[in-house]
Amino acid sequence: MTENNQSQGSGKHQSKDQTPEVPASEVRAADVSLDTAGGMLEPSIVPVSSQSGDTGHQQGSLVRRIVMGNGFVSVLAVIVALFLGGLLIASTDAQVAKTAGYLFARPTDFLSALWSAMTESYVALFQGAVFNTRQGFQPLLETMTVATPLICAGLGVALAFRAGLFNIGAQGQIIISATLAAYVGFAWHLPFGLHLLVVIIMGVLGGAAWGAIVGILKARTGAHEVIVTIMLNYVALFLLDFLLNTAAFRRPGDNSPISPRLDETATYPVLIPGSRLHLGFLVAVALTFGVWWMLNRSTIGFEFRAVGANPVAARTAGINVPRATILVMALAGALAAFGGVAQVAGTEKVLTGGVAAQIGFDAITVALLGRSTPWGTFFAGLLFGAFRAGAVQMQIQTGTPIDIVLVVQSLIVLFIAAPPLIRSIFRLEPKKKDKNKTPKAAPKAALANASGGAK
Amino acid sequence: MSATSTAPKSGSTALPAFRPSMKVPLSLGILALIALVFFGFLGPDQTAEMKISDAGDAVAVPALMIPGQVGGVVLGILLLAMAAYSIYLWTQGERSPKWLPIAFAVVFVFALLVWIVAGARQPSISLAGLVAGSVTLAVPLVFGSLSGVLCERVGVVNIAIEGQLLGGAFTAALVATMTGSPYIGLIAAAAAGAAVSMVLAVFSIKYLVNQIIVGVVLNVLVSGITGFLYGTLMVPNKEQFNTPGRLDILPIPLLSDIPIIGPILFEQSIAGYLMYIAVAVVWFGLFKTRWGLRVRAVGEHPQAADTLGINVNATRFWNVTLGGAIAGIGGAVFTLVTIDSFTKDISGGRGFIALAALIFGRWNPIGAFLASLLFGFAYNLQSILGIIGTPVPSQFMAMLPYLVTIFAVAGLVGKSRPPAASGIPYVKG
Repeated sequence: MTENNQSQGSGKHQSKDQTPEVPASEVRAADVSLDTAGGMLEPSIVPVSSQSGDTGHQQGSLVRRIVMGNGFVSVLAVIVALFLGGLLIASTDAQVAKTAGYLFARPTDFLSALWSAMTESYVALFQGAVFNTRQGFQPLLETMTVATPLICAGLGVALAFRAGLFNIGAQGQIIISATLAAYVGFAWHLPFGLHLLVVIIMGVLGGAAWGAIVGILKARTGAHEVIVTIMLNYVALFLLDFLLNTAAFRRPGDNSPISPRLDETATYPVLIPGSRLHLGFLVAVALTFGVWWMLNRSTIGFEFRAVGANPVAARTAGINVPRATILVMALAGALAAFGGVAQVAGTEKVLTGGVAAQIGFDAITVALLGRSTPWGTFFAGLLFGAFRAGAVQMQIQTGTPIDIVLVVQSLIVLFIAAPPLIRSIFRLEPKKKDKNKTPKAAPKAALANASGGAK
Repeated sequence: MSATSTAPKSGSTALPAFRPSMKVPLSLGILALIALVFFGFLGPDQTAEMKISDAGDAVAVPALMIPGQVGGVVLGILLLAMAAYSIYLWTQGERSPKWLPIAFAVVFVFALLVWIVAGARQPSISLAGLVAGSVTLAVPLVFGSLSGVLCERVGVVNIAIEGQLLGGAFTAALVATMTGSPYIGLIAAAAAGAAVSMVLAVFSIKYLVNQIIVGVVLNVLVSGITGFLYGTLMVPNKEQFNTPGRLDILPIPLLSDIPIIGPILFEQSIAGYLMYIAVAVVWFGLFKTRWGLRVRAVGEHPQAADTLGINVNATRFWNVTLGGAIAGIGGAVFTLVTIDSFTKDISGGRGFIALAALIFGRWNPIGAFLASLLFGFAYNLQSILGIIGTPVPSQFMAMLPYLVTIFAVAGLVGKSRPPAASGIPYVKG
């Protein structure tokens, strides 16, 4: 709070003073990511309260809000999103349309049709994702399998968030790691144990390198990581497409773009026979714990958080901000890479053009729903894994397109990102009535929230 | 890494501060050498045939015959001369003029084209078709990047271009089918794009949600909603909901017969003509009118603009909405011009290329237009490569726009600078 108030004045001058340095482009390298003139939208990522006076609290509150927001709001956001998704399902339902024709004659018909249309799909989703009488808890294992790469990639996005960076590039990092891991998995033939280890190492190195490119460009030239990661996603996609059309990656005697199966020695062992659940899930659990430990118990994690909270202060305190930027992006890439490895060495066991599916993009929503905390991300990953796994069953059973999952997922994130909205829907927090009525009042409220949560 | 690179850097700080960056001359020089060696000395020995006019054209122009290797050497030397001029200017402490990199890019692309065509199994290509196809593919990109320009110039980052295009494409198909008129579909597409934009505006301006998050999420949301409605409405009832018909091509007599530029300028659908008008209007509006001055002031220094009595958030809201409407029209091009039906995720990441074009075009409508044309060309070349059978994998052509953008934001090819307040919400007081 006080930080903010002080910076109201000084923030402006700071950014002004820095601009003249920019033309001498070589000079910049040292204090890179503080130098806002470089990449596009640079100021926005620096989630610092003191970076520039007029915007500070919003940006500062973003990460704080993600991290320390109210868990209750998350639950409400999920409920509202599910309800709106249900309305969308109902709006295209034939029975609902029919009963709407005589809505005023017999409203109960309409309401019951509405209710059944909304619940039918979600019941099928639940049966496909958690439990049904036919298979018992078998679907839950599938949910955990689907959630594994989501959790890993979500951790990558969340870690970068904590350091104040938007890692939109999980998709590309997954693709690169899956490509390398798969290649080592089918082209090299190593003994049991060692092979899997090499597969993991190669995949993770690939993902880390792909992430580090972003960190290096950001730290040395100020290129904005959002743009670079988006572009690198496509570069990775086309690279994979190219490789799958070369002889080295294709199955012998087959022209379709699909790799040979990975060796048995190169894949994660299955944990529970009869399911696809593999060791990768336990790796994801370990990673979650590892990220939690790193962020909360280690020096480097503290540095990351300090850079995320306020790079200027972090630099003043002697933290090497460019180094932290590069390192955090490399680590984020490595975490996403575990997701790519889980895909090829665990779930799919072959490399195809669609190996990364939507995982990298879902990971962003996973991290946001998990408020960028490791365990929050873990459970958010499980939830979205359940959506994904259940949606398949839902489509078969009720004909509701899988895309409804995208709608619900994105609505959840929208509502979570805008707590004032969900609060105004439910008329929570009446104590400060005017706070989200006008744009000017809102940030003060957000600021109060954020610091309130911090204490 | 830092140990090795700090030494030369500390040396260069001793230079006079006004010395221009040598990145431009240096990268031009490297590119020219690459062109000379690979396109020239190592170039293919076939002769590339580039047809300028089609058989049916009123004015027949003979085809351009360019021998691969000799052409490559000549063009390479031309490029080298331009790079040398740029380096000469640098030694004199002057910046390279603006036209130089553009001219360099044109010659480089031409050299690349000669190299590709001459190396192909079938070394013949219709230049007119290539250019016309590029423009056609560029139309949605131009609309999308104009939307980005309008939003970013006023200080709102628009990652949601993809969603605006997709929303426009879907609505255009739906409304045009239901009303039976593609023109009403076009208007509806603009409304849909504006609606997507309004969500972006409300969340980022009123609720101060981070603009990048809203943009990313909106893309997913629009993809989900259109995909859902496509699956439930359009697939089972194609006749009823997904047969929009096409916008008529309206050729302007005589002018449309001019080789090469005729078809691209004077033989377009209404959306194509609208594109040229939109580029001109947005450029004129932004840089020559009072409205544009205000918009740019809000994007560069909202506090100052506010002090002068400009309503910052209202300006932002309406600009973002207008941008969405423009992108919506771009989306309609997919379903009303390119093909005549909607399919799931029809925009296929073109919104992100539009974003790239806007950055590569340096937040300027005309720059964004030219960059879109370049990316449209890369897109078109990619499909032609498959047909004439070249050794260059088409995937690398596809990568080009993205790589070029990374170089651009990293400052390797000139410096891209966004409006100062882009991405920062404005809070009064």
